[in-house]
Parts: sequence; C-alpha cells; structure tokens
Amino acid sequence: MNEVSFLIGGKAGFGIDKSGTVIAGILNRMGYRIYIYRDYPSLIRGGHTFSIIRASKTRVACHLNKVDIILALNQDTFNFHKARLKEDSLIISDSDVVKIEGVSNRVIGIPITGMVKEENAAEIMRNTCVIGALCKAAGISWDILDEIFRKEFTKEIDINLKIARRGFDAAREEKRIEGLGQAPLAMLTGNQAAGLGLIRGGLKTYISYPMTPSSPILHFLAEMAPDFGLKVIHPESEIGVVLMALGASYMGERVAVGTSGGGFCLMTEGLSFSGMSELPVVFIVGQRPGPSTGLPTYSAQTELHFVLNAGQGEFVRLVVAPADPEEAYYWSAVSLALSQKYQIPGIILTDKNMGEGTFNFDLSSMGEIREEPPLLWDRKSEYKRYLDTENGVSPLAFVPDRNAIVKVNSYEHDEYGITAEDQQITTRMNDKRLRKATYLAKDLEGYPCVKTYGNKDSSTVLLCWGSNKGVCVEAAERSGLKVVQPLVLWPFPVKQFQDALQGVKKLICVENNATGQLTRLLKAQGFGTDKQILKYDGRPFSLDELQERLSGV
Amino acid sequence: MEQKDLGTYAQNTWCPGCGNFAILNAIKTVLGELNAEGLPLENVVLVSGIGCHAKIVDYINVNSFYSIHGRVTPAAEAIRLGDPKMKVIGFAGDGDAYGEGIEHLIFAAKRNIDITMVIHNNRVYGLTTGQYTPTSPQGYRGRSTPEGTKELPINPLELMLASGATYLGRGTSHGIELLKKLFKEAILHKGFSLVDVLQVCVTYFNMYEYYDKRVYELKDHNPLDYQQALNKIREWDYNRDARIALGTFYKRGSPTFEEGFFKQAVPPPERMEKIRLILESSI
Repeated sequence: MNEVSFLIGGKAGFGIDKSGTVIAGILNRMGYRIYIYRDYPSLIRGGHTFSIIRASKTRVACHLNKVDIILALNQDTFNFHKARLKEDSLIISDSDVVKIEGVSNRVIGIPITGMVKEENAAEIMRNTCVIGALCKAAGISWDILDEIFRKEFTKEIDINLKIARRGFDAAREEKRIEGLGQAPLAMLTGNQAAGLGLIRGGLKTYISYPMTPSSPILHFLAEMAPDFGLKVIHPESEIGVVLMALGASYMGERVAVGTSGGGFCLMTEGLSFSGMSELPVVFIVGQRPGPSTGLPTYSAQTELHFVLNAGQGEFVRLVVAPADPEEAYYWSAVSLALSQKYQIPGIILTDKNMGEGTFNFDLSSMGEIREEPPLLWDRKSEYKRYLDTENGVSPLAFVPDRNAIVKVNSYEHDEYGITAEDQQITTRMNDKRLRKATYLAKDLEGYPCVKTYGNKDSSTVLLCWGSNKGVCVEAAERSGLKVVQPLVLWPFPVKQFQDALQGVKKLICVENNATGQLTRLLKAQGFGTDKQILKYDGRPFSLDELQERLSGV
Repeated sequence: MEQKDLGTYAQNTWCPGCGNFAILNAIKTVLGELNAEGLPLENVVLVSGIGCHAKIVDYINVNSFYSIHGRVTPAAEAIRLGDPKMKVIGFAGDGDAYGEGIEHLIFAAKRNIDITMVIHNNRVYGLTTGQYTPTSPQGYRGRSTPEGTKELPINPLELMLASGATYLGRGTSHGIELLKKLFKEAILHKGFSLVDVLQVCVTYFNMYEYYDKRVYELKDHNPLDYQQALNKIREWDYNRDARIALGTFYKRGSPTFEEGFFKQAVPPPERMEKIRLILESSI
C-alpha cells in the first residue's frame, strides 16, 4: 500500500486530537510519511471535531477528501463524513452509540462504550479502544501499538493498554497495511517547529497573549523555558506583549512574540515603534479567517497586505511565509538573526493549517543556517545609538555598559537618540533607516527566498505562498505543472522570482483568501498572473479539490 | 560612568514655571546621590511615554527609552527583567499612565515588579492643549468638555493600593525636598513603587495656589499599616475640597515578579544537542 487516509471524529473532549497523533505515530513507526489535518470548532466540550491522518510512502503535506478508514465514536462522525467513503473504505464504529445505515461499506462495529464501562475506565478511553480495533483491522502488530502507547500515554498506561487490547481482540483483519521499512522521521506541528527554530536562532525571550492559532507556540516555549534558559511571559494584552518585547530588545535579547490577526492589530503601534527605534522584534502572525473574530479555529491567508502595510509611517520590515515545519524552523531562526542584524521588525506569517497541522520533520534536509552576527560597537569612539552609516545599520551597545549611554526614541531623533524636529535631521534619519532595505535585499539573495517544485520544464506555473505549498506541489506533480513559491514576501525577491519564471507562459495563483493577495503584491512588483484559484471557507484545499479546480482552468 | 552634571545638550522646551522642572531637578539630585552611594549610573534606565513629561529623558544624560503614549510600564518591566542590576524609573503623565496605559499600571502593581513609576499628575493634557484627564475634577472645562466633565476622577493611589503596589507616595511640584526623599525611597524600594506628583501645568490648569492651601505632610503615619494607608489615601479623592496628604502612604516588603527570571542562556552547541533530543523524542 502506497498510502492510506484515516478519519477519526467525535465531540471535543473525546480525545480526538490525541488519537490522531497516536495513529500517525503508529504509521510513522511503520515507515510511512504522515500528515494530520485537524478540524475543530471554537468550543471546549461538544460540537464536532475530527482529524484526517494521511500516511504515504513519500512526504505529504495535505489531506484528501476521500478516506480509507473512518473511526466513528459518535453518530455525527458517520453522518457528516459518509460522503468521504470510497467503495472499499472501512468503518470502525462504537456499535453502542453509532448506527451505520445506507452505505454498503464494510463495518466493524464494536460495543466500545460497554467495554469501557466494564473496565471501569474513563469515557475518554473509548479512543484507545478504537485504536486497538484499528490495529487489528489493518493487520498492525500489537507490539507497535504497545510501543507507541507507552510513549504517548504517560499516565494510566496499563488501563489504556487493557482497553486497547479489548478493541484489538474484538476486531478482525479487514484491510492490511504493510510496514514500509523506511526509518521513521520526527513529527512536529508547524507551531512546534517555529518554536524550535526561534530557539535555534538564539531566542532569549518569548512574549505572547493567547490567541488561536498561535497559543501552542506559547505553550511549547513555556514548556521548553527551563531547559533552554528562556524567559516566556504572558502579559496583560497584546499591547503589553509588544512593548515588553521592545524593552527586552533594548536589553539586547533576541525576542519574539506570537499572535493572530486580531492581536496583531493591537501590536501595530509597537511595530511602528520598532521601525522608528530600530529595536528588532520578530512577530509570528498565525492567520485565521476574518474580518474581526471570524472563524477562530480555522485557516486563511488574509493578512499578507495587513502585515506588509501595518504601522504608521514608513519603515523597513522583513516578511516571510513558511509553508511547513521545516521552513518554519529555518525561517524562524533566520528571521531572528536578520531582524537583529538590520535592527528591524521581522514578521513570520503562518496560519492555522500549518501551525496546528502535524508533518514529518527532517533536520538533515534543511541545509546550513547562516550565522548573521549583529554589528557591535567598536568601543573606540563615543557611542551614538543611531550613528549614520553606509548601510544604515548603527553599531549596537547594550545596557549596562560603563562607557555607553544608550538612548532609544519613538520620536524622530538625532544620532544620540535625542528628540529632533529639524528638517535636515528628519530627512537624514529617514534615509538612514530606509537604506537598510537595499542591503537586506542583497543579503537575502544568498537565501532560498523563492522555491520551485514539480515539472521544472512546464510553461504553466502554480503560484502559491504559505501552507498551500504542500497541496500545490502534489497537484502539480500529478499533472505535470511547475510550482513557484515565494517564501520571502518583503523585501520582495524580484531577481529570484524572475529566475523562477524563466520560460513560463501561464501563471495560476492559488490562495486561501477571497481577493487574491499574492496576485496584488505581484502586480505591484510588475508581475501579472493569468488565473486565480481562491478558497475562503476557512478550510485548506484538499488534493482532490485542488485537482478538480485546476481542471476547470 | 561618572558625571558631575547629568544634563544634555537638548534645549528645554517646557513652559516657564512648569511643574516638570521640580521633578527633573529632584531626580537629577537623587541619581547623583545614589551614584555617590555606589549605584553605577549605567545601571539606570529612564523610560518615558508621550506628553510634556516625556521630554525628561532628553534632558538627563543616562540610558533612556522614550516610549509611546501609555506604554511606559510594559517597556520598563521588560528592561527590569533583562538584568537584575537594573534600576528602572518610568516617568508618565496622568493621561499616559492613568488613561491610555492604565491596564499596564494595574498589572505591574499586581506583579510587584521592581520598577519605579513617577507620575507627572497635572490633571490635564498639556501637549494636546488642555483636555480633561482621568484625574481632572468633575466639571472640568477643557476643549473636549466645554460644558464641564460629567464623570468623577479616579483616585490613582487607591487604585494602585488595591492592585498590589508595595510602595505609594505623593508629592507636589512645590515641594522639591519631599520629592527627592520620595524618589529615593521609591527607587530603593524592592518591588513596585509609584510616586504621584501633583505637578502643576501653569498654562492649562494652574493649581499652585489650590494645592499650597491644602497640602500637609504625613506625620505619625505608619506606612506598614494597610488600613491607615487606605484612610489617608481616601482623605482626598482628587475631586472634593479636602486636606491633601503628602509623603509615604504605604510601604510593604513582598516577593517580586522577576525573581527566578534571570536564567543563563544555553550556549549554541548544547542548544543544538537539546533540539536533536526533542526531535528524536517526537519520532
């Protein structure tokens, strides 16, 4: 079997999310490459939540609408997802609470609710029972289940295994999934990878106010804090977050903040302050559908122009949009370094799909991450925080320094950092700050700012950014198209983009928004696109859906 | 860093007679004294917001962070969290700290983080030409409230006491000796300290005479006693005519937020090794 997809569904509070991770862990252990799409509403208990786990011989980063096995812990799961069944798909259900009707698929019905009661176990353990049944049905050995369970369940392992065994013994083999013999890879969410990338980049301080889909970065780094000597702070508001970050930056700390569009709204005064004071801060902006509260737990690519233009006044910023955990790791580290080197704000645009999706992660595939040491004061001449230099970057000194007085300022200021409203100083300091863009762009030429995939000879290109890359690459590979993905969106990597478009005649832009934000950015850069495939229902493209939309253009 | 005069070349643009001069002179004296007593001046960072008060950082030749309106406190907190040696003194106006930035002030007090806030409380927006602030008396006629304000002022000291501040004092810009004493006490206090300075705006709300008639210095007051502090703080509510007490209202020792925050960063090779371990455990 080259690939297989599972759907597990139930109410929030059933442990669906954990079950998805366990199933992916089992398949990963068997040598499959995995991807998990998580779909859940904005509530704590109830509703309908599900995960689609896709396992494949080769790396995958998107899901399919159709699935091979549905694990139904409640009636809704069957009712809502029966359209995903193929002729030979299998349903494993809790026969105590789920009635399967109107389909001709094979069904393994197990009285899971009753079994869990008999064992005096918590209701949440129904999911361990169904995983046991899944393993038997797929011919997966008990040993693998045992190994993954012992890793994933640190508490109550005995009872979990006992319940899983009841499910295992009650099921029958129906759909054999063979191991592939490939070495398993690490599994990470985009948010975890971004957190690790920040750590790799020398993060000292992470400050965040909880907001979906970026809260998991806060949780992850808070957990990592003792081990890596990090300061992780959750203050009163996003305004508090960004101003604390600027204070930490003033102290010479590499600092990042994480939020979503709504929180970033509150941070924009601090973003502009970062531009003026030349205090570097990295902002992770996890996109979700808006306007306003929108769909808090779903996904979108709607903040590109917001982050490109946010903040009053004119200042240089770095904007990157990684597509998967490996890119999130790499660009989080690079953004921290470049943001400090150029003393500018750096923005990492992620989204719910990437941030909360689980992917394989291969550190060895990533290539070297260049060190970009900041320019430090030579201690020879009198210290001026805003010394005007050829590339606009002033040497840094950090307090406390016996020989330097460090004055930063949100007002226009002179080289010492003292307020100035003089015309000449105003022009000169604007030039100094804006000049950094040219040098940053030159530096970025040495980075993979634009990537290409698929059939490199194709004259038709799928253009994408952020988390759409995975689905675009797979669709392109299946239909002989080329994919071009700009990873750096500001300063726009014009040369690399031109190179990627050599010999290309038709550009189809694929985005998770309603207005074609990348198309607009490209137009401003002098690049026209031919077609747009847009989706703005809060859900990512599945591979089958994108293929269908592609056949229409 | 040793300096005889803590001034800079920046031209002072406050109005003649502005209450800010008293704060400027008092803090310069206190910094000089603390320096003579062994505090290296490089360990001091002054933070200010936006408004007339904020120019103070341009006039003092030590490290400074000229922030934006309402945002003195969070920046000051993070600077303090950056190094256990730092003495961080935030200057903010009443519009700045008690209006736009009130949430930050409440949380800093709640955390009992070891910073000092000096509030230039002139009870009017000066730089934006005379609008009412959170501490203006009811009925105040400003350019945004020509009929007079309909709301009552807040009593900032009462609010700070309730929020968990561990040092609270009040002075006026007509009493520089008391200001020096309060500033020094506040800076040396371990925990969140706030000094409310009834600083007079001579142009938009000249209260010199009003204050001179009503102020008195606290005597036989026990600042360790919460109830006594509360009673004295409530004696004048920033609205009705009453005697206005000056001095140290409250002072209490309590654990501070930053304890435990000063950790060593992990060097790069060890960091990479730990990252690899985390990845291995995710297989």
